[in-house]
Amino acid sequence: MARLMDIAQLCRSKNAGPFSLTFDFMFDKVENYRRVKDSGILSKALIQKLYGTPPDDIEIFYVEAARGIKITIPRPMIQGDPEDSDQYGCQQFRPLAELELPD
Amino acid sequence: MQGGMLGSGFVEDSLKRALEWDPDFIGCDAGSTDGGATSLGTGACAYSKAAVKRDLRLAMLGAREKKIPLLIGSSGYAGGDINLAWAVDITREIAREERLKFKMAVIHSEQDKKYLKKKLAAGKITPLKPVIPFSEDVIDRSEHIVGMMGAEPFIRAMEQGAEVIMAGRSSDTSIFAALPLMRGVSPGPAWHAAKILECGAACVTHRLRGDCMFARIGSESFIIEPPNLDYACSPASVAAHTFYETSNPVNLYEPSGMVDTTTAVYEAVNDRVVRVTGSGFVHADQYTIKLEGSERVGYQTISVVGICDPWLLSQLDDWLKLLTDKVKVRATEVFGPEVANGGYILHIRVYGRNGVMGKSEPLMDKPLHEVGLVFEVTAATQDLANGLMSMITYLGLHQSVPQWKGRVSNFAFPYSPKEVPRGPLYRFNMNHVVEPADPYEMFPMEMETV
Repeated sequence: MARLMDIAQLCRSKNAGPFSLTFDFMFDKVENYRRVKDSGILSKALIQKLYGTPPDDIEIFYVEAARGIKITIPRPMIQGDPEDSDQYGCQQFRPLAELELPD
Repeated sequence: MQGGMLGSGFVEDSLKRALEWDPDFIGCDAGSTDGGATSLGTGACAYSKAAVKRDLRLAMLGAREKKIPLLIGSSGYAGGDINLAWAVDITREIAREERLKFKMAVIHSEQDKKYLKKKLAAGKITPLKPVIPFSEDVIDRSEHIVGMMGAEPFIRAMEQGAEVIMAGRSSDTSIFAALPLMRGVSPGPAWHAAKILECGAACVTHRLRGDCMFARIGSESFIIEPPNLDYACSPASVAAHTFYETSNPVNLYEPSGMVDTTTAVYEAVNDRVVRVTGSGFVHADQYTIKLEGSERVGYQTISVVGICDPWLLSQLDDWLKLLTDKVKVRATEVFGPEVANGGYILHIRVYGRNGVMGKSEPLMDKPLHEVGLVFEVTAATQDLANGLMSMITYLGLHQSVPQWKGRVSNFAFPYSPKEVPRGPLYRFNMNHVVEPADPYEMFPMEMETV
């Protein structure tokens, strides 16, 4: 069983400004990009479950030219709030990277 | 051409090679919001003076040698007036040391609170998504507020003969779109190329360190070529760059409109050069300027401790809850009820469990063998934060663990003193745009001969 991190060339999370958090999944092979896209595994329901984001606030983009998938959500905490643990938002991707893909 | 992020470094040979390709200008982005709201709050640059001076010196020497404009945006990291003055001083210092003579434009981006209040009252300030609360009070609470300028103030400075432009907060792309737009290049390729350039070598296939990037920009297409011969761009690596730190990977919003890359075609010219055609740009009905504000939340003190006592780890959350309650009781005794009830924020990060992901951590129930705790207290003054932290660490050090009989000591402190004052804590407080009367009124410019 392959995990997303096994077939992506990059799994990344990062601030998109101080109020948004964005996840990028980049692939060196277009078939891996399509495999993840077609599996539908990166769904709004999953993001809601993992990060508590209401579905209407979740945006998911598939860009074949870049062989990339982007998911953007409001930051669970505004950057720099006392409870924010990750100023750059750069270590929030692990649960998604470890997702197991259907065969 | 792009000279890398000012202060984060580029390879001198790459700059030299790029200069041999006869660029029309050199641009450098010098800032970001990524490092947090402190730079805007205090006016301090996130990079050292030595690092900024090294990069700026090479860029200035290159620009003067080729007699081409040098455009620096987001000077001093946050681009507020203190940040900008700091960066302008470095520019003057380099000019003296290198005996350079040039016309310099200094473009301010710090915003006047009265101006913003008038705009707010006139309904000319509107929220972006995600929406956060905004009022006159937010404007008043802000330590500093900057507007993010578009390409127009840069163009005006060049039209008035500026050879070095030191600008406050700028959209990363306006720095690079300005000269192509001034020369009449279509906005699609000009803005899209600018977006690819703004992070320097970030758009290569395997980035080893920060470096320069080179683009040849025309009205039909633009070509991206890394001046570092160890680097290569591929169609996918260039296309992928519009993902980096953006909320939307195909549409990018600028003061004057939206860059549309959905129709862009990326093709390899050779194994390290990429041509992009079909970039679009949709002009906005209303010109808008994004605001960034920073307000002081309080003063902070932290303490770092390690725990590996198995009994304590087996009941960590309950034990920490009890500690939090005891702190409140003791804070009432020492500092009074006003401080104890809402006069401070105590936050405890548990590294080794969910220090990074907080409430989103799915592996909360894994057995622990060691955790690092970061205690963090935020209060109205540094003295109060320090006093509260010494109370917290003392109470926690000896708070009983029911399975042990006798006096226990629970914290492995790696440092003495155990409390680390962090100074003022700042947060960003606005995600809004202003409708200015024109692209210049928020960005006054001064010209000087250096």
